[in-house]
Amino acid sequence: MIDSPAKLKSHAENLSKNSKPATTILVSLGTCGIAAGTRPINDMLKAEIASRKADIEIVEVGCMGLCHSEPTIEVVNNASGKSVIYGKVKADQVAAIIETASKGIEAASCTVINRSWFYPEENETATPERIQARIVLKNTGKINPEILDHYLAEKGYQALSKVLFDMTPQQVIDTVIESGLRGRGGGGFPTGKKWAFAAAQKADQKYVLCNADEGDPGAFMDRAVLEGDPHSVLEAMAITGYAIGSDTGIIYIRAEYPLAVKRLEIAIDQAKKQGLLGKNILGSKFSFDIMIKYGAGAFVCGEETALIHSVEGKRGEPTVKPPFPAIEGLWKKPTVVNNVETFANVCAIIRNGAPWFKKIGTPGSPGTKVFALAGKVKKVGLVEVPMGTTLRQIIFNVGGGIMNDRKFKAVQTGGPSGGCIKFDQLDTEIDYESLKRLGSMMGSGGMIVMDEDDCMVNVAKFFLEFTLDESCGKCTPCRIGNKRLYEMLHRICDGRGTRETIQNLKDLSNSIKDTALCGLGQTSPNPVLSTLAQFEHEYLAHIDEKRCEAGVCKKLLKYEINNSCVGCTLCARNCPANCISGSVKQKHSIDQSRCIKCGVCMDVCKFHAVDRK
Amino acid sequence: MINLTINNLPVQVSEGQTVLDAAHKLGIDIPTLCHLKSTGGCHVESKTGSCRVCVVEIDGRPNLAPSCCTPATEGMKIITSSLRVINARRTMLDLLLSDHPKDCLTCEKSGDCQLQDLAAKLGLHRIKYKGEMSKHEIDVSSESIVRDPNKCIMCRRCETACNVVQTVGVLSGVGRGFEAVVGPADLRPLSETKCTFCGQCVAACPTGALTEVDHTYKCWNAINSGKTVVVQTAPAVRVALGEAFGMEPGSVTTGKMVTALRMMGFSKVFDTDFSADLTIMEETTEFIERLKSGKNLPILTSCCPGWVKFFEHQFQDLMHIPSTCKSPQQMFGAIAKTYYAKKIGVKAEDMIVVSVMPCLAKKYESARDEFNASGTRDVDIVISTRELASMIKEAGIAFDHLEESQYDDPLGESTGAGVIFGATGGVLEAALRTAADWVTGKDLQEIDFTAVRGLDGIKEATVKVGDLEVKAAISSGLGNARKLLEKIRKGEAQYHIIEIMACPGGCLNGGGQPYTGGRCDEILAKRMEAIYRDDKNAKIRKSHQNPSIKKLYEEFLGKPGSELSHKLLHTHYHGRRNV
Repeated sequence: MIDSPAKLKSHAENLSKNSKPATTILVSLGTCGIAAGTRPINDMLKAEIASRKADIEIVEVGCMGLCHSEPTIEVVNNASGKSVIYGKVKADQVAAIIETASKGIEAASCTVINRSWFYPEENETATPERIQARIVLKNTGKINPEILDHYLAEKGYQALSKVLFDMTPQQVIDTVIESGLRGRGGGGFPTGKKWAFAAAQKADQKYVLCNADEGDPGAFMDRAVLEGDPHSVLEAMAITGYAIGSDTGIIYIRAEYPLAVKRLEIAIDQAKKQGLLGKNILGSKFSFDIMIKYGAGAFVCGEETALIHSVEGKRGEPTVKPPFPAIEGLWKKPTVVNNVETFANVCAIIRNGAPWFKKIGTPGSPGTKVFALAGKVKKVGLVEVPMGTTLRQIIFNVGGGIMNDRKFKAVQTGGPSGGCIKFDQLDTEIDYESLKRLGSMMGSGGMIVMDEDDCMVNVAKFFLEFTLDESCGKCTPCRIGNKRLYEMLHRICDGRGTRETIQNLKDLSNSIKDTALCGLGQTSPNPVLSTLAQFEHEYLAHIDEKRCEAGVCKKLLKYEINNSCVGCTLCARNCPANCISGSVKQKHSIDQSRCIKCGVCMDVCKFHAVDRK
Repeated sequence: MINLTINNLPVQVSEGQTVLDAAHKLGIDIPTLCHLKSTGGCHVESKTGSCRVCVVEIDGRPNLAPSCCTPATEGMKIITSSLRVINARRTMLDLLLSDHPKDCLTCEKSGDCQLQDLAAKLGLHRIKYKGEMSKHEIDVSSESIVRDPNKCIMCRRCETACNVVQTVGVLSGVGRGFEAVVGPADLRPLSETKCTFCGQCVAACPTGALTEVDHTYKCWNAINSGKTVVVQTAPAVRVALGEAFGMEPGSVTTGKMVTALRMMGFSKVFDTDFSADLTIMEETTEFIERLKSGKNLPILTSCCPGWVKFFEHQFQDLMHIPSTCKSPQQMFGAIAKTYYAKKIGVKAEDMIVVSVMPCLAKKYESARDEFNASGTRDVDIVISTRELASMIKEAGIAFDHLEESQYDDPLGESTGAGVIFGATGGVLEAALRTAADWVTGKDLQEIDFTAVRGLDGIKEATVKVGDLEVKAAISSGLGNARKLLEKIRKGEAQYHIIEIMACPGGCLNGGGQPYTGGRCDEILAKRMEAIYRDDKNAKIRKSHQNPSIKKLYEEFLGKPGSELSHKLLHTHYHGRRNV
């Protein structure tokens, strides 16, 4: 039981004094790592260490953010403090890794990954190789999320201790306001202001809600934090509770995150047993308890009023604001809803002060932002960069450029309701406002890179299909309007669009933005409007020339056999639709009426005799 | 007070009022669809802000705002008819129509449809955003209500009626995106739910998504079947039917209605008021017995089939306290097919009993298995006030020009006590009139129990019946009934007698009454006033003094609560699944 700030401090000091083995191996065991096969590697590492009786400990950590190189491990020499990260670790490399680890050298024949991030809290600064700044992801990939002492050794719960014993609730709110921290879930509302609204309410009960219903396709920032560093969120929620006068926190987490749920449950249990959550935290008069509530898989429940209804057991659908949740939220009580990443910033701000935080990022958007970098980029993964970093730096520096060295076409930020950004805008320094100006948005941090093989009309259609599926169907513009937008895009992709369709797309998109009830609906036409603004020529090519530049829209494609055909019959034998005819050593031909545009003929032809038009 | 301007006109509203309220104050009409508000006895407010038809421009806000659920704030500057607003409004309507069946000519709701009205009002003559339409199965499973989800515009007004006003909890949003629709959980058929068929959802629905099961053709067939077809008309029908013919709300049209029914070809035109008097005889007898024994109190009235089904689903632990009396509709059928059939020498199976009711649950009630006192159905066909109006129109009868005529004897004779059954508190008042006389053995002259009148959802009164202080409560609207019943369940309230009606305001606001549009409060008050006026004008105002009732007991039933009475006029209840 840690029942005083002094005990917390001495406990942390003792932890740092504990003798460590010569080497520590961090094994990335987030969901992504596990899916990529890190578990068997972990078992083999353990067996190898045991058989050699090597002075090496294994620490099972959360996601290191290096999705492109899983299974990933980091070998840390505790004497020198030097470390080396190995990616794409294979079973036959395990012995060599343990062997060299004991000797303190790098293993040959392994893929070494250069660390591309620095830790601002450890007084590190950016270098050309290290432009990522880890504040939110400070501990993920570094500590075992299931061991409380690991967190405590990293100054865990010291921010909570500081607010409980050295700060008034108002001082906490002032600090967060001064830091300029803005909601990382999408809207970018100043976090401290939100807290101040809730704090100003007189009520017998208030709530702190953590939005962990991360639902953007391809986004996994929050999952990484919850799986890799759950205590940082719990601690921040307790700090919020203290600031606004609430004793109850609820984490609304999607049920599709079983590992995150498990680690949260373990963390809550540990914190309660140690007196870091529950009654009279650290011996103070402040009590705070946290419960977990599962989401049932609805994207719209990321919208705060919908989330609240879902927690209440009602249909997850948004209601008109005002009243805002900070005034009238869960069970009609003042409620602060922040997302995981927002909370994950709070402890660092309290520990280091607002001025420290404001030095990172841009004046209007201080701090960092975590992005899930995905799509046609060489190094997909989690990146955390200071606000104000350019898209070019993220995609070409951190992300290593475009896969197969194809040509960059666009990057989509802000999740399904974000927008597409073109090549000539890559040097934009990203923050909430700049992205909005480009017709996109910060969103929760999805970042999907597209190359010349992506058709922008089809991309717009893809995202709209997602919002259409995930709309709650409550308001007219989102329920029917998005359906109509989708149908228009479908018509264009099928070669049935007209110039009028483009005008209708624009008109309807603007009406939907102007009238929809919640953030989901108001932003759902963004993919349409931004692709229309940046890539109207692609739309026109589909309409006027019935041509899809990227070769994605099947109805507009045509496969034809040219004079290079030698009549080898390979294409005819492989055609699943049986629509290629021709006799041996004669030029073959494709029956267009039966062709399903699968492209197999082109793939199998050894003589470049099949053209795609 | 809050000061704001709309279209540059200054206006003052009080705290909590919306932009829409402010616009109304200025006489500015902002079209609405999903908004529903009534502040009278049937307090309903639905402001989901889902249709987005009422959007307006508010200075300083990036997006248009729905006026129906945006609170007015100091200094607001609002424009209600800029091009931006007009475009948005047209687009919303365009979208709604693009996913709405175009069968207005044959739609039940044609003429009363607010979507149709809006299309006419906004002059939308061409649909710009055409596309795929919703394809949902039409639910015709119940005896009372047809649910056509294809016509649902997701305004959620029915949901407010079902969940907030009635607390029945059957209707809610189901599905997502374009597939989203309002219906029972899992879109299961209404007949398999705890729906009470009160029909308040039908009354709230702005389109043809919820309508009654139409029995008008069945009725024409019956009239022309060669059998003896008798009709009964419920108390609340006479004070609302005129509205369907452009008459002032609150017109008492009893005489014209009787003439019309006769012209339509019914063999005999009788009155449910007669069997309301009969109900009082039986129920008051039961009440006095329970009062004397002190057991199974409070007695709850059982005239309302929506309410009966509600407690069968949701208050099974209290199923011993409602009166065992059948409703007046069913008592009428039972007596018509036994006593009256015998009197005129017709076999029960050669008689058809038709009811005209302000109610949709009555359709369901008449089909309940146990209601076959004569061996055939007590009541064969039930039509609503609306259906009767449409039949009268179909028959080419100029209703407002009709001469007045009288009900037939003997089942057409009634008292003022019978007619007040149509308003909340009426059954209880009628029972008290009889109970007071019976307990004191006098013919009391003070019979206006005004404490039990009015449109309030829950009313309480202590009334002297002889030396007894009878504690009475009245609730209308099932949400109010729930409040009362929960008090009783917890032992927090002690009453002797409670009247419960499913519909807010009682039968005069039944689910089968002419649609009130946006004038609900005003129209209900006028209907109620008409009912009490009719009572006041009645020669006899106590049920037990109805000569035909007396004769019925003398010739046939013996005395109230007799064995034959129990066989014909009483019933029992079934526990039902609470889903």
